[in-house]
Amino acid sequence: MSDITVEITHKGPDVGSPQPDLLPKGFSRCPSCDRPVKADALQAALQVCPLCSYHHPISASDRLEQLADPHSWRTVAAELRPLDPLSFFDIRPYMDRLQKAQDETGLAEALLAGRCTIGHRRVALGIMDFRFLGGSMGSVVGETFARLVARAVEDGVPLVVVAASGGARMQEGILSLMQMAKTVVALESLSRRGLPFISVLTHPTTGGVLASFATLADVILAEPGAFLTFTGPRVIEQTTREKLPPGFGSAESNFAHGQIDMVVPRAELKEGLAHLLALFEGGDTSGLEPVQPDKAPLSRGSRPFARALAGAKKLALSPRRWLFGGGQQD
Amino acid sequence: MPSLPGVGYSEEVSKIESRLEALRDLQPSGAAWKTVELARHQERPQTLDYIGHLFPDFQELHGDRLYGDDPAVVGGMASIDGKTIMLIGHQKGHDLKERQFRNFGMPRPEGYRKAQRLALLADKFQMPVVTLVDTQGAFPGREAEERGQAQAISRSLQVFARLLVPTVAVVIGEGGSGGALALALCDRVYMLEHSIYSVITPEGCAAILWRDAAEAPQAAEALRLSAADLLSFGVIDGIILEPGKGAHRHHGAIAKRVLRQIQAALAETDVLTPEARRDARLARYLSMGRFAETKA
Repeated sequence: MSDITVEITHKGPDVGSPQPDLLPKGFSRCPSCDRPVKADALQAALQVCPLCSYHHPISASDRLEQLADPHSWRTVAAELRPLDPLSFFDIRPYMDRLQKAQDETGLAEALLAGRCTIGHRRVALGIMDFRFLGGSMGSVVGETFARLVARAVEDGVPLVVVAASGGARMQEGILSLMQMAKTVVALESLSRRGLPFISVLTHPTTGGVLASFATLADVILAEPGAFLTFTGPRVIEQTTREKLPPGFGSAESNFAHGQIDMVVPRAELKEGLAHLLALFEGGDTSGLEPVQPDKAPLSRGSRPFARALAGAKKLALSPRRWLFGGGQQD
Repeated sequence: MPSLPGVGYSEEVSKIESRLEALRDLQPSGAAWKTVELARHQERPQTLDYIGHLFPDFQELHGDRLYGDDPAVVGGMASIDGKTIMLIGHQKGHDLKERQFRNFGMPRPEGYRKAQRLALLADKFQMPVVTLVDTQGAFPGREAEERGQAQAISRSLQVFARLLVPTVAVVIGEGGSGGALALALCDRVYMLEHSIYSVITPEGCAAILWRDAAEAPQAAEALRLSAADLLSFGVIDGIILEPGKGAHRHHGAIAKRVLRQIQAALAETDVLTPEARRDARLARYLSMGRFAETKA
C-alpha cells in the first residue's frame, strides 16, 4: 500500500500476481501456508484458512455481516465526504486516489460507522476498511469517529471499533495528524458518561490510529497474527540496524508484552464481544462464554470451527442485501 | 456599486486570481525544503538552551516511575514572573556525543510517560504546563514497541486533553508526527518562523508516495508543513518571528521572544475557569479537520 504513514508487510493475497496459479476450480492458494484451499470452506470459516488458521483481511461490510445481528444496522455519519485541503499531488492527485478507492470499495471513506446490536446488545459500531487507502485516517475518518462517539453517548450504549489502518493519511497533512487529537478528545464524553469502549485490532493496525483512539479502549482485543506496531518493521530495521525476531509486532507478541487483553480468533469474536458487553452491562451472561486463551489453531472439528461453520451457514441463507438494503440511514 | 454590462467584478477577480497563480509558480522552488533544513539546523536552540537563557531556577525531574528515564525528553519546574510552571521539551542534542545520549530527540515510551507524570504533577499543584516541541518523531525501535510506544503516545494525548491547568506548546524546531503531538495537545500552540510541523517526515513521505526518499524536497512542498501553512489551517495560534537569518544565530534574542509569547498565552488562558479552559481545549481539537457533507 502506498497511502499510509508506515509501510505494512501485507500478507494478503497479491492481486497483481504475475503468473496465474494452476489450481482446480473453486480453490485458492492460502498466502500463509501456500496450500490450496476450497473457496467455500474459506468462506464458511469467515475467511480464516481451515488449514493454518491464517486470518485473511476482510472488508468492512464482511466484518459487519459477521458481527452485527441481522437487520439491526443503521448507518451513522454516511453524509461525510473527503476534501483535498492541501491540493495534494504526488505522482497522482489525491482526488484521483480517493475516487479510485471509492470505486473499488463502494465506501465513501475508510471508516464505516453505525448503530446495531451484537448478540442482542445495542452498540455503536465502527469498522475500518484497510482497502480504502490503507485504512488511513484523514478528516472524514476523524469526524465519523467523533459522530459515532456522540451517537453512543446520546443512545447510552457502548462503543466497539474494529481498527485496520496504516496510520494517518499523508495527503491531508497536518489535518490528519490532528485527527489523532480529535479522536482522543472525542472519547472524553464517552468516559464521562461511564460507557465502555472495546477496541478490536485487526491486521494491520499501526501508526496514528494505534497511537490514538485504538489503544485508549477499556478492553483491547486483537485477531490472531494481526500486525500491531506504531512504526513499520522496515523503518525500525533501517534505523536501528537490528534484525527483528519472527513474530515481532504480532498480536501474540503484543499480548505477551501486556499491551492487549486477549487474542481472539475470528470465529469467537462475536460471542466474545457479546460476553464482554453483558459483563459491562452488569446483566445476564447466560448462554455466553468467555473467550478462552486457546492457542490451538482453528482446526477442523474444533468447537470454534464448528461454531463458525454454523454461523456462516446461517448468514449465507439470508440475502446479502440485508446488510444495507434493510437499514435506513439517519 | 453598479457595474457596466460585461465588465463584472467576477472578471476582475478571475484576472487577479490568474495573476496570483502565476506569481505562485514564480516562487523559488524548494522554499519548503529550506525551512526543513533550518528547522533541523544543528546550532538551532533546543530545550536546554531555552532553559539556560530563561530559567536560572529550573529544577529538572527524572524518570517515569515505571521503567526508566528518557534523556530525549527533558522536564522540570521553573518560574515565570514568580509563578511556578512545569516545562517539558524534546532535546535532540548539539554535538554527536550529546545527540547519541539524547537519542537524537526521539523519545521512547519512557519519555512520554515521564511527560505524563510531570503534567499530572503540574495539574495537582496548579502549575501551568509549557512544552517545547523538537523531534523527528517517536523512536522506531523494537524495545520501544514492546513497551507500548503507541499506547504511550495515545495516553499522553489523553493526559494533556484532561489537564485543568493552562497549557502552551511552542514548536521550536521539528514537529515530527505523533511523537511531537504527544507534547502539543495544548490550549495555545505557536511555531517559530522557521520550524516545521508535519504528519510525517518529508523523507518518509517521499519514500512511500514517490518511492524515492530523494524526492523529500518535493514532499516537503506538498505536505504544507511551514508555520504559515499551519496558521492558515487554523492548527496553530501564531508564529514567533526569528531574528536575522534565523534562531540558530540569535539564541538569546529568540529565547526572549519565546518567553514573551508564553507569558501572553498564559495571561490569555488564565482568565478562564479551569473547567472552561479544558472544555475550550476539547472543543478546539474536536473541530479539527476539513470535510464535506452531502444532503442525504
